[in-house]
Amino acid sequence: MIAHSVFFYFFSFIAVISAIMVTASKNTVHSVFFLILDFISISCLFIMIGAEFLGMIMLIVYVGAVAVLFLFVVMMLNVAQQKNQWFLSKTSSKHIPIGIIISVVIFFELIIVIGGWKYKPEFLNSNNVNNINEITNTHSLGQILYTDYIHIFQISGMILLIAMIGAIVLTFRRREGVKTQSYLKQISRERSEGVELLNIDSQKGVKIDD
Amino acid sequence: MTEIGLGHYLTLGAIIFSIGIIGIFLNRKNIIVILMSIELILLAVNINLVSFSIFLGDLSGQIFTLFILTVAAAEAAIGLAIIVVYFRNSGTIRVEEIDKLKG
Repeated sequence: MIAHSVFFYFFSFIAVISAIMVTASKNTVHSVFFLILDFISISCLFIMIGAEFLGMIMLIVYVGAVAVLFLFVVMMLNVAQQKNQWFLSKTSSKHIPIGIIISVVIFFELIIVIGGWKYKPEFLNSNNVNNINEITNTHSLGQILYTDYIHIFQISGMILLIAMIGAIVLTFRRREGVKTQSYLKQISRERSEGVELLNIDSQKGVKIDD
Repeated sequence: MTEIGLGHYLTLGAIIFSIGIIGIFLNRKNIIVILMSIELILLAVNINLVSFSIFLGDLSGQIFTLFILTVAAAEAAIGLAIIVVYFRNSGTIRVEEIDKLKG
């Protein structure tokens, strides 16, 4: 039990520090790296409390896809050279106390909610999932994901499809003056335009380009 | 203090949520960091859902976390595509210089 708490404080300390560094770091690439560190430590926490499937999925989706996407966009837009100028103008420094006040108020509201929250006793007794020790977390998630939540699962697949199409349509750019292959023209070419039959006199030859 | 309960995880979620909101408000650099702050906020929500799911013994929270992951990935893709298009059109993604809508 003492190891559990030691690991919890270790991973949550890393998570909080790297979350601060995401917002405070001067370089955008460093922000993305700290975001990756944050995701990794949170997924370690998930694996530690028994949600191992979600921990692995977090690693795959966030670190493997989303963070790499961020890195690609940072690389493409060349924003790494734009240094962080936080408190440059007067209009920007006006936002800072308001932002800090709002964040602190939200934090204390959440803490108050957590402090006043109690278990309902029947919730504690309905611990019906983790008691079955033979079934792993992934197995039990799959059992209810593909039965009770199948429609939401398919809708989330549609969301991913629409996001993919939207990203392609947004960033697609048709350039002028680029010679490309036109499949329609190639397929719809007839024999009559391509082949010409000529009657050639003997010993005279023929001149094609005229 | 050594017994790690639900409150510890919820407090961690609250801290990361607040850091994400601070990141949205205080950012003067570029929009990409704001998108990363939104990812932090979604991560805090995921922490809350997973810890409730584990400590209450109900798997629905983890299912919802899966769907939040899906929506977060879609949102990041669309948002980054919009940023790329904006940068191509106007040449900057600094937050102060994006004032085309005069908001």
